[in-house]
Amino acid sequence: MNVIEIKDLVKIYNSSEVQVKAVNGITINFEEGEFTAVVGPSGSGKTTFLNMLGGLDRPTSGSVKIGGTNVWDLSSRKLIDFRMNNIGFVFQSYNLIPVLTAGENVEFIMHLQGKPKKEREQRTRELLESVGIGDRIKSRPAKLSGGQQQRVAVARALASKPEFILADEPTANLDSTATSGLLELMAEMNRKFKTTFIFATHDQRVMDKARRIVTIEDGKILKDERFER
Amino acid sequence: MRNIIMAWRNLWRKPWRTIITGGSVFFGVLLSAFMTSMQFGSYEAMIDNVVKFYSGYMQIFTEEYHENKTINNTFEMNDSIRRIVENEKEVTHFTPRLEYFALTSSDKITKGAMIIGVDPASENLVTNLEKWVDEGSYLSAGDDGVLVAIDLAKYLKIGIGDTLVLYGQGYHGVMAAGLYPVKGILKFPSPELNKQFVYMELNTCQEFFSAPNRLTSLVMMVEDHYHLTAAMRHLKMEIKSPYMVMSWSELQPELVSMIEADRAGGLVMKTILYMIITFGIFGTILMMISERKRELGVMIAIGMQRIRLGSVLFLETLMMGILGVLAGIVASIPLAYYFFINPIPLTGDAAKTMIDMGIEPYMYFSMHPDVFYVQAIIVFIITLIIALFPIYKSFTLRLTKALRA
Repeated sequence: MNVIEIKDLVKIYNSSEVQVKAVNGITINFEEGEFTAVVGPSGSGKTTFLNMLGGLDRPTSGSVKIGGTNVWDLSSRKLIDFRMNNIGFVFQSYNLIPVLTAGENVEFIMHLQGKPKKEREQRTRELLESVGIGDRIKSRPAKLSGGQQQRVAVARALASKPEFILADEPTANLDSTATSGLLELMAEMNRKFKTTFIFATHDQRVMDKARRIVTIEDGKILKDERFER
Repeated sequence: MRNIIMAWRNLWRKPWRTIITGGSVFFGVLLSAFMTSMQFGSYEAMIDNVVKFYSGYMQIFTEEYHENKTINNTFEMNDSIRRIVENEKEVTHFTPRLEYFALTSSDKITKGAMIIGVDPASENLVTNLEKWVDEGSYLSAGDDGVLVAIDLAKYLKIGIGDTLVLYGQGYHGVMAAGLYPVKGILKFPSPELNKQFVYMELNTCQEFFSAPNRLTSLVMMVEDHYHLTAAMRHLKMEIKSPYMVMSWSELQPELVSMIEADRAGGLVMKTILYMIITFGIFGTILMMISERKRELGVMIAIGMQRIRLGSVLFLETLMMGILGVLAGIVASIPLAYYFFINPIPLTGDAAKTMIDMGIEPYMYFSMHPDVFYVQAIIVFIITLIIALFPIYKSFTLRLTKALRA
């Protein structure tokens, strides 16, 4: 079953002198439970593609349907709510809220969703334990290593029970031990919760784990390969 | 609640920044309250000077006397006026007066002077006249002596026990003339008063001007000038034609103009101070938003509505403002109180100018609540206005740009 349906997606940036087509007519679907790496050289358009997919950057034309909803037809306010309930984000620089503890960072999104306190606390504990840092629930991000912060970011992304998680270069700032640990974790989450993961990455180790690799170049899909892993 | 906790924690993620911004609010409130206390203190001293030396806070007289200050436009005290004044709760004391010009002479010298007939007891309650007796003694009821201002006495070359000749026009053109022993010499701080005042007991004065029971004015006092508005409002409703009531500010428009001019100067200074505070806080807020752009972008990306994000940022600024304002108030009250109790003595030309104006040469401070809470409210409003900027930014933040910041 398709979770995401993308049709004729185009993004044109108008600089002062030239028009740049960052994404040039991409049509692609993602199914439930996929573990996909979107790869390509720098400037190929993969981050722009992910941003449009995640409802962060409005396309020049084309449509992005998530669970049957065309996200770019939603008002700005509804789009924020839609992102909150349907999409999880893992960023390259972790981007945890520095004044909140690890537990509060995970709980934050459920708080925005208006979940009851008891449910929030229980799920926060479960998620942090499942990403292997249950003992750091009360630590602020500054007290955690890069790998630990990214684990909290994964737990935060999963907290709202999203349809899929978008991860933009999630391993770029991690050493190899932390990277392999994080990849194992995300693969396990993918298996355990059937959550769809889509990565934008340069990292070969991520590609080695992916069951689908979509190669983008000059804003177009060059290759779309599937692997049995 | 979560918004408040986040705002509070954000405040202390960079303690020095918060302390510096709160500090600019603190010093803003402290300096503006100190300046205002000094300004109000000097106005109070000036008003006190005019009011407590001579004019009182309010006067009742006839409309005709207001138009033409002759002894023919005097009035007789009646029960109706007495009752109105006695029933007015803001009026603390009142005293009747009969005042008119006459010539004063000694052996071979003559000079025009203001003859003021007063009830010694009530006059003393209103203007504390006895305090200015430099030589001799104060008047008593039924006294036939006079008190002469020091410079006039020197000019006429008379002293205690000498006879002062008074000569002038009385009520309805009657000739007024009399010989009066000098009972006391008055020394006012004001040179103007020292040159021209002669005080007499009211009945003696009425007799001199052949104007029995007649008064030029009824002089009234209130607690201080902050009670004047209410008193004037009540009395203006009660006092009907042919009588009228006027406040010191209506009687002394030149003093009001002087205070207004000074107030305008103070306002310029305070505006500059407020602008410094505004830019100080605004600069910090700009820096704070710029530093946290990516974090703000992430919050919106993961599902925080822009209005909620704006309210967290608004609360942060507000908390910083409240802390600064409270600290400023707490510090400014004892500071102003110290100088209220110990006014700063002036020296040189400033002191001379004040002495010439009849004011003791001190820089006075006021402890009126307006001094403190008005400054606090102004600085708080500035902070509130600045706090709207983060709300605006949270609505105009471009998500992809913020996430790349």
